[in-house]
Amino acid sequence: MEISLLHLIVLLPLVTAVMIMVGAPARQLAQGSSVLNAVFGVLLFSLFDRDDAGFQFVASLNVLESPGINFALGVDGLGVVLVLLSVIVMLCAVWQVPKRIEGSEKLYIVSILLIGGGAIGAFATTDLFFFYAFHELALIPTFLMIGIFGHGPDRTSIAWKITIYLGVGSLVLLAGLLWLYQASGVESFDMLTLIEAGKNIDAEAQKWIFLLLIIGFGTLVSLFPFHSWAAPAYAAAPTPVSMLHAGVLKKFGLYGLLRLAVPMLPEGFAAWENLILVLLLGNVIFIGFVTISQRYLDRLLGYSSVMHMGYAFLGMMALNEVGYNGVVLMLFAHGLSVALLFALCGQLRERVPTLEIRELGGVAKAAPFLAVFFGLGAFASIGLPGFANFASEVMIFLAAFKDGLGEDGGITPLQITCIIAVWGVVISAVYMLRAYRNIFQGEREPQEGLLDVAMDQRWPLVLLVAGLVAAGIFPNLILNLLP
Amino acid sequence: MPAYGLEIAVVCLGLLLLLMDAFREKGAKSAIAGLAVIGLLMVLVFLVFGTQETGVTYWGVYEWDNWAKFYKGIALASTILVILMSVDYAEVFKRYTNTDESQSGLGEHYILPIFACAGLMWMASARDLITIFVALETVTITFYVMVAFMRHNVGSLEAGVKYLILGALSTGFLVFGITWTFGVTGAFHLDAVGEGLSKIEGSSIPALFALVLLLVGLGFKIAAVPFHLWVPDVYQGAPAPVTAFLSVGSKAAGFIILLRVLEPFLQAEPTRDAALTLLAIMAAATLLFGNLAAIPQTNVKRLLAYSSISHAGFLLVAIAAPVEGNPDAWRTVTFYLGAYLAMTMLCFFILCLVRAHGGSDELIGFSGLSERNGLLAFGMLIGLASLAGLPLTAGFFGKFFVFNLALQSKLYWLLAIAILGAAAGFYYYFKVAKSMYWEKADEAVEFAPGQTIEISMVTRVTILVLIVATLFFGVVPGLLFSWF
Repeated sequence: MEISLLHLIVLLPLVTAVMIMVGAPARQLAQGSSVLNAVFGVLLFSLFDRDDAGFQFVASLNVLESPGINFALGVDGLGVVLVLLSVIVMLCAVWQVPKRIEGSEKLYIVSILLIGGGAIGAFATTDLFFFYAFHELALIPTFLMIGIFGHGPDRTSIAWKITIYLGVGSLVLLAGLLWLYQASGVESFDMLTLIEAGKNIDAEAQKWIFLLLIIGFGTLVSLFPFHSWAAPAYAAAPTPVSMLHAGVLKKFGLYGLLRLAVPMLPEGFAAWENLILVLLLGNVIFIGFVTISQRYLDRLLGYSSVMHMGYAFLGMMALNEVGYNGVVLMLFAHGLSVALLFALCGQLRERVPTLEIRELGGVAKAAPFLAVFFGLGAFASIGLPGFANFASEVMIFLAAFKDGLGEDGGITPLQITCIIAVWGVVISAVYMLRAYRNIFQGEREPQEGLLDVAMDQRWPLVLLVAGLVAAGIFPNLILNLLP
Repeated sequence: MPAYGLEIAVVCLGLLLLLMDAFREKGAKSAIAGLAVIGLLMVLVFLVFGTQETGVTYWGVYEWDNWAKFYKGIALASTILVILMSVDYAEVFKRYTNTDESQSGLGEHYILPIFACAGLMWMASARDLITIFVALETVTITFYVMVAFMRHNVGSLEAGVKYLILGALSTGFLVFGITWTFGVTGAFHLDAVGEGLSKIEGSSIPALFALVLLLVGLGFKIAAVPFHLWVPDVYQGAPAPVTAFLSVGSKAAGFIILLRVLEPFLQAEPTRDAALTLLAIMAAATLLFGNLAAIPQTNVKRLLAYSSISHAGFLLVAIAAPVEGNPDAWRTVTFYLGAYLAMTMLCFFILCLVRAHGGSDELIGFSGLSERNGLLAFGMLIGLASLAGLPLTAGFFGKFFVFNLALQSKLYWLLAIAILGAAAGFYYYFKVAKSMYWEKADEAVEFAPGQTIEISMVTRVTILVLIVATLFFGVVPGLLFSWF
């Protein structure tokens, strides 16, 4: 088996984690390896042949004969986008590790590497088993991180909640994936073979498989009503963990739906379309209002990230090319912007006694960098033009409307959903701008001795904003990767 | 050499060591353990690399096939690990067996598992109900002694009595079942039993009655609900290495026998459907009880007892899922047990060490283990992750194949219960992880003295081997399959 660039990208964080476990200096090694991996990621992005719609950088190693399971790597356009997102967020997350950690620094950094490395692996593999397995790599580290290094008095119950939710979600998912595998009738867990063979699953089976997948993946994406673990967990987790979870890991569920459910289960989609439309409105509108009512900045950001997943589902439900492109761009944009916001929220947490929005004020006077970049992140999150989020949301809304009026000349349920979902943008503007005004502006004087973001922690944030702006002005940078 | 030479070698090793223990007055008893381990390792090497041809021998009652070979391997490996564990556990033994500082009684404790091992190995090959019964009793009687070994410890004695009474009762059922089987089919040999069953005319109720009685007897061995009542108390009371032996060696041998005894019943048309229904119901009950009752436990040993019940449930699902004409149930169960050996032994090994170093079996005794000894905490974490069935550990593939089989046979309701059980598992296994990593040792100083735990080189290597095995077969399961 030859070594491809993907092997390096997937294995580097895991090897680094093992080296740290056996005693290598944790912080320096992790920082070095994350920079190196980001370089590899950019290399992958530039070497990817945009004219070839198939999988590239393919390599495979058999681990089980029957049923066929291979350690198989390979990416198509969707994979490249998500791997690139993962390495960038991972880089920023590692560099956002607080200078002083109470407890074992080793455990802290190994956990981050495992969470991030697992996400990269899940996006880079073409084998169904490793796709699932890599994602699960995050379960124990997340549990330990929130419990040991987390914030807030109720972090124990929050750690249990996220663990049980994700655990149960992935077991339901496992049942769905196994069923999908058996219904397709091939003796292999290779996703490409499965997708090829699975196009003729009968409608009744499709319906139930799809239901399992939407519950399983939906729990991982925090689809309404399986969302209640997400916001408290992001708020309670240490900053790098929130960045990785909200920025990268959450995308796993949508990635899985796009990769497997969209090509394999069209009848399943049709059967549950209305249900999903209602649920995604739950995300956009209901969670939107929940977000408005939040009093603490960390929870507000958590709920806002849950809310935006509704748009991604809307794009997916459109089931056309524009929608697909819009969703992929949204995953990328949302990942960067939410990582940026959580990083800054973590910086703020170190500086002020409480994150209660009403108690804060005037932070911009003391910490202009923090304020400006938080503002940029907030704008991106609302979806202002110039940021990638805008481009993706516009594409999603267009896609949902694209196919014209319904068969009887009336308006389709998808279009109605879209009309309601557009109001979500207004909701975002309300909570983001209000929070920004309260925290960073206002009459109130910032507390004594409040410092701006340290110089060496600034550049990862600049990188995130640069990514958002670049993909916002030239969405083709990302979109031309897709078929 | 005939195939059963291995069992003879193991028995001879045991006798030799007994003599040595009796006539050698000075010197540490751990030397006996060392010799026992070396001897068993040699048998294991011979088992793996010796090239006997497969077939049936010893008047047709001794089967020598790849399954038998693998289960003999499990028996040997678990015995070796149990003896190693006992060495680390010697301090606790001494405290409860002698009033003075002498080592008397310690020697037997290293030797008894060897005799049990011979019984387990014979069980793996038995193809005749009488042979099965004799082998089973060899093992069970040895266990009666071992469970009650710490004679000044009330818990151990209580466990011994419970195990004796319920064990004797289950033996009674087993003999009764064998008698009925003979009455129905006129045979003890399993092949002949199969023939007899397929020729039943008229009512199949007597055959089913025989099956039920056999299931009662064997259900006791594998700790399936509703024959599990002894498990929590005996596991908690028995010395930790013996508990590990019960949980792995005894269970694995119980399953190979169950598979062999069930085969004729599952192949014969008149009994097939009823047998599968019975098994599915037993599997569901075992899964539900084992997993749900584990949730409130606060004693790690007892927790592992319930975990052992729940794993019996997963294994039963594989047996209850009929797939025509392929050995998937055998493959799944065998793989599961191989994985189960590594992960359970890992957990028990660490439990022994924590207990022997002044801690206790209570959950609170594991507080701050990550600070007391990082390797032990990490090993336990891997063991628990594997028991919970997280991917990239051997335990995941066990569950994975079980779920796959259940889906294949369209046993959706059973799959739903299995998933529910696995979900509960996340909670109770992670509870231990929480203790080890979140909580500080000094908060529970009474149970977990704050000092670090020093472990010997042999122990360190053993634990590392078990960790690597658990992870390795979770990534490359194919290699384990190639052994049977």
